Amino acid sequence: MAANESYPDDLLYHPEHDWARIDGDEAVLGITWYAQDALGELVHFEPPSDGATVTKDASYGEVESVKAVSDLISPLSGELVEVNQAVVDAPELVNDDPYGEGWLIRIRLTNPSERDQLLDVGAYRKVLEQQ
Amino acid sequence: MKLLYEKSQAGRRGLAVPKPDLPVPDVPAELARKQPPRLPELAEPEVLRHFTELSTRNFGIDTGFYPLGSCTMKYNPRVNERVVALPGFARLHPLVEDEAAQGALELEWELQEILREVTGLDAVSLQPAAGSQGELTGLMLFHAYFADRGEGEQRRRVVIPDTAHGTNPASVTMAGYELTGVKTDERGNIDVDDLRGKVDERTAGLMLTNPSTLGLFDENIEEIRDIFHGAGALMYYDGANLNAVCGISRPGDMGFDVVHINLHKTFSQPHGGGGPGGGPIAVREPLEPFLPVPVVARDGDAYRLDYERPKSIGKVRAFSGPFGVFVRSYAFMRAYGPALREMSEAAVLNANYLRARLKDAYELPFDRLCMHEFVLSARHLKREHGITALDVAKRLMDYGFHPPTVYFPLIVPEALMIEPTETEAKETLDAFVDAMLAIAREAADDPELLKEAPHHRPVRRLDEVRAVKQPVVRYRFEEHPAAQGSGERQLEVQRGA
Amino acid sequence: MSYLSLTAADREAMLAAVGVDSVEELFRDIPAAVRFGRPLDVPPALAEAELTRRLEELAAKNVVDEVSFLGAGIYDHYVPAVVDAVLQRGELLTAYTPYQPEMSQGVLQAIFEYQTAICELTGMDVSNASGYDGATVAADACYVAKHATGRAKIVVTEATNPQVRQVVKTYAPGFGLEVVEVPHDAGATDPDRLREAASDAAAVIFQQPNFFGCLEPAPDLAAAANDAGALPIAHVDLVSLGILEAPGTYGCALAIGEGQAAGNAMSYGGPHYGFLAARSDYIRRLPGRIVGETVDAAGERGYVLTLQTREQHIRREKATSNITTNQTLLALAGLVHLSLLGPQGLRELGETCLALADYAKRRLQEAGLEPVFPERATFKEFAVRAGRSGRDAVTAARKRGVYPGYPLGRDYAGLDDALLVAVTEQRTVDEIDRLAEALAS
Repeated sequence: MAANESYPDDLLYHPEHDWARIDGDEAVLGITWYAQDALGELVHFEPPSDGATVTKDASYGEVESVKAVSDLISPLSGELVEVNQAVVDAPELVNDDPYGEGWLIRIRLTNPSERDQLLDVGAYRKVLEQQ
Repeated sequence: MKLLYEKSQAGRRGLAVPKPDLPVPDVPAELARKQPPRLPELAEPEVLRHFTELSTRNFGIDTGFYPLGSCTMKYNPRVNERVVALPGFARLHPLVEDEAAQGALELEWELQEILREVTGLDAVSLQPAAGSQGELTGLMLFHAYFADRGEGEQRRRVVIPDTAHGTNPASVTMAGYELTGVKTDERGNIDVDDLRGKVDERTAGLMLTNPSTLGLFDENIEEIRDIFHGAGALMYYDGANLNAVCGISRPGDMGFDVVHINLHKTFSQPHGGGGPGGGPIAVREPLEPFLPVPVVARDGDAYRLDYERPKSIGKVRAFSGPFGVFVRSYAFMRAYGPALREMSEAAVLNANYLRARLKDAYELPFDRLCMHEFVLSARHLKREHGITALDVAKRLMDYGFHPPTVYFPLIVPEALMIEPTETEAKETLDAFVDAMLAIAREAADDPELLKEAPHHRPVRRLDEVRAVKQPVVRYRFEEHPAAQGSGERQLEVQRGA
Repeated sequence: MSYLSLTAADREAMLAAVGVDSVEELFRDIPAAVRFGRPLDVPPALAEAELTRRLEELAAKNVVDEVSFLGAGIYDHYVPAVVDAVLQRGELLTAYTPYQPEMSQGVLQAIFEYQTAICELTGMDVSNASGYDGATVAADACYVAKHATGRAKIVVTEATNPQVRQVVKTYAPGFGLEVVEVPHDAGATDPDRLREAASDAAAVIFQQPNFFGCLEPAPDLAAAANDAGALPIAHVDLVSLGILEAPGTYGCALAIGEGQAAGNAMSYGGPHYGFLAARSDYIRRLPGRIVGETVDAAGERGYVLTLQTREQHIRREKATSNITTNQTLLALAGLVHLSLLGPQGLRELGETCLALADYAKRRLQEAGLEPVFPERATFKEFAVRAGRSGRDAVTAARKRGVYPGYPLGRDYAGLDDALLVAVTEQRTVDEIDRLAEALAS
């Protein structure tokens, strides 16, 4: 059951429709409501492998629906701490709850000041208006 | 409908095999098959009935209108099926001496000559089995050409517009090249300003379809040619849309150096549910030495296969190519003669007629004359009624039409790409327009009808998500022990005298 | 032109609706400099009767009435009449790729049944819906192996069909792959030599039966590849798989081959179909279309293309292949043929080929033509010493209405005097006797 459209205030956003939730020196990453809506029901999540390094603005994995593939663009740089195995097993969790149970990976930040380059919810909403 | 494996009954046979009165030598035990394959066991009438029933659950050009954009679903002439089955063609082994295959080689030669004239280029290879394989072969030719000139390491990039078929970028990767994308402008042409900065001495070339997948002829083609040739790069023509311009404009004259032709689009080879096809390539003279081997050569009245080609890229397919496809295409070309031009004129007229009649009820992102196809958008239906291009497509099935291509090209949201081809009558086009207009009204009045379409096909809308999440890609004998057939039995083993 | 329906009245009405005065005006966007300004210089149009005569004239220039023992990858097996009848059903013949599944349940179910048959024959878990031919599927398999292992070398046996090897070598540079050949050892391949060559290979390709018709020690070759961490890929003959073991049962990762022997006329080399099957580990890397089972909105079973995100129309430059058009209709012909044969018929077909080939070997030996590889068991094909160049043997035999086989000197050193003789169920004892006489002289 896909979620209603929303963009939480407490997140930081990347223009490629990815979000980050900062948690001390770590961050949790995922994709926004807009991204999951554009893709349709997700059927596959290809996460990074153990011990991978993730780089801001670069792809760290993929999600697939029946008819589309999308790179996951990282808003921040860091080392992989955890992959959300629940989403690997049931990718449609991302459609149901893109900001909660549908989180994708957790990283340890290697360059925390990058957060200043991200968009707040207001700025991200402006990006959406132009789509 | 049951599968062959579900109809199978142990002990039935559909074909007897000659059994000479001779001993059968043993196969070494470690190489011999232990368990028979679980092929169906059916008598001949059951097999024929099964496939006949399958055909009634399918829709072909013979059934009705099939306006898939960039597929050119034109009438497949039946005389072509008769001539390809002539024993002189069907029973010819590809490895006979050239002297025993003079008819086949003469046909290949003539087909090549016609393709040279239609493309405006100098030499042809018939070898590639499909447009995609033609693309890959063409890129291999790029590679060989530049390597021969000492520029191979330097030129690593191929430019592709954002409207390109997915095969183009896939071919670029398979050929070991890097992709450079270029945007399309509001007229539907390549954005020349965006292009200029992206072409230099590191560029191998361009891959372009013209008219493009928007059905539009690129008005700046001469300038594009100058940019690429000026940088020492080559131009590759994806011939998927050649049906628009036969006898009207030739890719060689547009400036292209390598062209593939889709014999299963422009030249009527039946699609067969996915193939076969043919993707011959035509090239400008400097690229001729690199063509795949063998090349068809003529000495007076005799033809032969020439393998002495030291600079050839090698082979992309066995033998000289999909010969049966050549027979049909050659027959098609001989049926038209120079009137291939009228074929293209009719294709373009049919497409413009549909465009003119549909442009008010649907969005037309590029409002100009189209060529053999055009793209509509159902975006307004989505905004106002939640109806998508997919819903329109599924509902068209209820009206007895195959849907057009949907969601391509990628730059148009809720795209419907429509190519009627030249072999459709005006009444068919009018009936299609009526259906499309009715569906636009239904979108407003009864959207559920569209969401749940199709209603009148052998199946309702199919769950494609389930097919991906739980892939079942063969019949699971292990789950149906009753249908094992001869699986566990010892088959009768022939031991001769 | 009888394929076009537009009358002058139609044209007039349509041009009016478009808002132009002439057909010529429809092309006004084409720059004058690239307009083609003369009629096409192509042979004149022919009416259907004349067209048929022209094609008959060309067909008559090909020689097809000799008793033929030519094989070398393409075989004269009997194609049953039901195959022709099915292929002529317009709903199948003239259908497009089944991207709209509700319009295409016939083709989709047939492909599902074909995939099942290929998996059964090869002992694999997943098959695609066909590749272009038996040579290009070898290149496809290399691409799978490269991405599955991350290695950059392909090992192929010299006893594998020369055209298969040549196509692999043509594709390899673009894939970033090196190709290494393992020479044959008296008509077959030594597993130890293979193991050594395969130490850093992504895959090993071997053919069973091989190009010489000899039976390779296939399980040992597969084991050697697996020991080296390379994917064993067996190139096999569908017609042999009623009596030879399935590659999946002896450790192969992929099974590929040329499908022509099941269901297709020889037709001077095509169109035919390549088959490619694999263990389930490789399903996401497989090139080409795959049909899967599902249900519709009413809960009824149906079929759709599945895992399409592998393919070019979605994944574009990262696709598992650029393949779009494949060889569906020819694969369907193969399915029909195999369905008529069933397991019993396929076994008998293999046994008849074995029996007749064995008889031919003995008769030729009596006529003074020794087998080139007398120690090897063979299937359907074998190499003999002709006592002169292979080409001269062909010339001499053809004068007596027999095409005796393929001159191996074209492709292999030291075999200039060798002929590869294929004997299918289409040959008779009398015809084999004629072969022996034709070559003895």
